[in-house]
Amino acid sequence: MIKVEGLEISFGAGANQVHAVRGASFDVARGESFGLVGESGSGKSTVLRAIAGLVPNWRGAIIIDGAALGRKRPRALHKRLQMVFQDPYGSLHPRHTVNDILKEPLIIHGMDDRETRILKALDEVGLGAGYRFRYPHQLSGGQRQRVAIARALILDPEIVLLDEPTSALDVSVQAEILNLLTRLRQERRLTYIMVSHDLAIVAHLCSRIAVMNRGAFIEEMSSDQLRTGTPEHGYTRQLLLASKGYDRAAIDQFVEFD
Amino acid sequence: MTTPLLSVENLSVSFDTPKGVVEAVRGISFEVGQERLGIVGESGSGKSQTGRAILGLTPGRVSADRIEFDGIDLRNAPARTMRNIRGRRISMIMQDPRYSLNPVMTVGWQIAEAYRVHTNANRREAKQRALEMLVTVRIREPEKVYGLYPHQVSGGMGQRVMIAMMLIPGPDLIIADEPTSALDVTVQLQVLAILDDMVRDRGMGLIFISHDLHLVSSFCDRILVMYGGQIMEVLDTGAMHRAEHPYTKGLLNCLPDLARRQETLPVLERDADWLLSRDGAP
Ligand SMILES: Nc1ncnc2c1ncn2[C@@H]1O[C@H](COP(=O)(O)OP(=O)(O)OP(=O)(O)O)[C@@H](O)[C@H]1O
Ligand SMILES: Nc1ncnc2c1ncn2[C@@H]1O[C@H](COP(=O)(O)OP(=O)(O)OP(=O)(O)O)[C@@H](O)[C@H]1O
Ligand SMILES: [Mg+2]
Ligand SMILES: [Mg+2]
Repeated sequence: MIKVEGLEISFGAGANQVHAVRGASFDVARGESFGLVGESGSGKSTVLRAIAGLVPNWRGAIIIDGAALGRKRPRALHKRLQMVFQDPYGSLHPRHTVNDILKEPLIIHGMDDRETRILKALDEVGLGAGYRFRYPHQLSGGQRQRVAIARALILDPEIVLLDEPTSALDVSVQAEILNLLTRLRQERRLTYIMVSHDLAIVAHLCSRIAVMNRGAFIEEMSSDQLRTGTPEHGYTRQLLLASKGYDRAAIDQFVEFD
Repeated sequence: MTTPLLSVENLSVSFDTPKGVVEAVRGISFEVGQERLGIVGESGSGKSQTGRAILGLTPGRVSADRIEFDGIDLRNAPARTMRNIRGRRISMIMQDPRYSLNPVMTVGWQIAEAYRVHTNANRREAKQRALEMLVTVRIREPEKVYGLYPHQVSGGMGQRVMIAMMLIPGPDLIIADEPTSALDVTVQLQVLAILDDMVRDRGMGLIFISHDLHLVSSFCDRILVMYGGQIMEVLDTGAMHRAEHPYTKGLLNCLPDLARRQETLPVLERDADWLLSRDGAP
């Protein structure tokens, strides 16, 4: 479904150039859920943004359903591929109601039956019609994230890119959102790529996981390998150790991996 | 605990809204010494409002029998005293870093400025200190990052920039509201180790607000568990698994577990009895 080969992304030029992604390659099958973990600033969001067509300059190949993507994306592709952003506060327009937010993609893609689709999308994410005319500031963090997910689903996409979909939420709402994502994937055979720094969450939602460090993919493994604590790369083992909680002595042993 | 840096007694925060009064914090009491105090609880339980009320940074109505910091009554302190205390003696790391950073100034300039307003340092010294601070919060290539604007840094880098701004004046008490939620686990622990060192070496007090129950449990000396503006129970470090209250147990249950696969995660079942009000009426 998704094939990424030798992806390279840089920002800026000269001395200030940031080489954000260095030769990333991976495959995701239809209906699969693929996880990306790794250090802060290692390029996880940038990989998702490149697939979504939000990064102007990249090299390498991004192939979706057999078709290699160029700089310019056909409009039909936007409909098939949607992204839920890292920041649930910043990604919803503060002066648009939930209805406006959900209607916008329908207008852009010239879809009819808007009313029905909006009500259906709200229902699917567990928000009733009563939330339709609320503004983002009148919603809790979890409700806002549901709106962001509803916006991503309203065009009936096949691929959903999820950037830290629950990191701003409390544990109970997080469980609700994870259950929702699991159910929707099963019902609609969606393909997910999810970024999260929480290893338990990635292992819960994803069957395969890639680890990034400083722009490069350093290891790929199954969620079972992660669960049984048998990753090969030292950086991944360090991540696993760190996810066990605060331990001052262990932290002093942390090393940087290049 | 040593003599408390901060004592809070019977603190309440409420908001008048068109739909009636929202009681965000309902009569809570606690003390913070030179230690790491954790506050956990679900969204809307009053964690941030508790932190903000201490510094007089909430738009809500605050009432308390006592909010005392180092012998100073913060409830009726003159504006000048509060300005001196905020930032310099008590720093608050806010929950939404992107909103607290100025989008049109470089992140380095903002850290240097935080140093300059609290000291009489000149620009060069301030820049030097800001660069050192970026190293302290484990930002790679600090010179490069110094010149970036907020939209050019990753989520976790923005959060560390905020932390650097709050640490640079060397405060006595830090109120950190979800300070590490956007960081990967390794950097998260490294940043906590910095805060930990400041508690141990400089005798700083730390109020650490977070929804990461395991992290708080492994890091803090004591933990307040909040629900509906009240404190449900107080736990000692590492005692999360010995939590008694059904609410705390419910929260722990919601967490996906790396050790075992679950198809569906349990969600919290709330109970109105948890919120019996102080005068006994529900
Ligand atoms: N528009 C931009 N201009 C310059 N540099 C950028 C830009 N966007 C991202 N970067 C840089 O690219 C690198 C990767 O950023 P990215 O946001 O992909 O990291 P991330 O892995 O998602 O991190 P986090 O877990 O902290 O969100 C960082 O060094 C960041 O500063
Ligand atoms: N300006 C406001 N007007 C009305 N109610 C408010 C206002 N600010 C906060 N509240 C309410 O006060 C309560 C406590 O909010 P607070 O921000 O302290 O929650 P929190 O525990 O920090 O939650 P989170 O984990 O989501 O950050 C909530 O019910 C919230 O809706
Ligand atoms: Mg990111
Ligand atoms: Mg809060």
